Amino acid sequence: MSVSPELDRRFRAAAAAAGLLDVAYDVVDSPLGPLLVAATSRGLCRIAFDPEPDEAAETLARRYGLRVLRAPLDAPRRELDEYFEGRRQVFDLDLDLGSVAPFNRRVLEELARVPYGQTTTYGRLAERADRPRAARAVGMVMNRNPVPIVLPCHRVVGSTGKLVGYGGGIERKEQLLRLEGVLA
Amino acid sequence: MMEAVTIPPFERFYDAHNGEILAFLHRRLGRAEAEDAFQETFLRALRAYGRLEHGRDLRAWAYKIAERVAIDVHRRRAAPAAEEPAAAVDDRPAYAQLEHLAGQLPATERAAVVLRYGYDLSYAQIGAALGSSEDAARQAASSGVRRLRRKELR
Repeated sequence: MSVSPELDRRFRAAAAAAGLLDVAYDVVDSPLGPLLVAATSRGLCRIAFDPEPDEAAETLARRYGLRVLRAPLDAPRRELDEYFEGRRQVFDLDLDLGSVAPFNRRVLEELARVPYGQTTTYGRLAERADRPRAARAVGMVMNRNPVPIVLPCHRVVGSTGKLVGYGGGIERKEQLLRLEGVLA
Repeated sequence: MMEAVTIPPFERFYDAHNGEILAFLHRRLGRAEAEDAFQETFLRALRAYGRLEHGRDLRAWAYKIAERVAIDVHRRRAAPAAEEPAAAVDDRPAYAQLEHLAGQLPATERAAVVLRYGYDLSYAQIGAALGSSEDAARQAASSGVRRLRRKELR
């Protein structure tokens, strides 16, 4: 007997609303392709490109706990939609960076301050995190950014202005910078 | 010693068993109450999921929870068991003939009979689900069946 989409949806929503999940995840369509979005009770904890929902449940379970369920994440979905439609420049979402190491967290906090439509460099971000010689380490932090787009690692470029790299692929970095009017 | 079995993410557990648990509740309770009972079953499972110690016999565990939810629903019903609506069509005729009587059995026997003859679980799985041994599960099922046969003959 198969469970109707309506009953399935109702159970998933009830499970999330009851606060019984270690982590909820959903797949959100975007101009960059489908995005995996995951959140704990504390906030958004993961955005990933090219999601494989089967593996996602396992990966999330290892990090956050076994009570993993695909469930609607309304606020992140709405804000991402608005961002991609050009109607939102600042995300108003709680983040759960609990699993991020202290230096990485410091860098990500500085990254969060880089405004929409502007870019900075790995070196300048390193300076702002009080580690002026750690540009390369900052590059690694960008590469491992758990919540790309919302924490805007696409706004960080090389000292010569070259885009350098992006966890989701350099084309997506270009696409995001075009959306924000940085690139023509 | 038994090998430790990894507990899957809840999503996988839910995905693997939701259809058969809904079918089970459908037969136990009828269409009207099956959906609420389904939701209650998996919410109870989710509440307990973080306390599981291993991933063995999760299917039996899911049936055990569903059976308890069904018992709670029966208790809430004012009408006596004999006036319950007829069970839905069943592809297991031997059990279907007894099913309408199963509601009158003691809880453990009923669970053992339902899981063995309605859902084809092994005695080892039923024992795990009921928190007893394989032998105890076999005895509960056979004494349940004997009790049912006596009622049937009457």
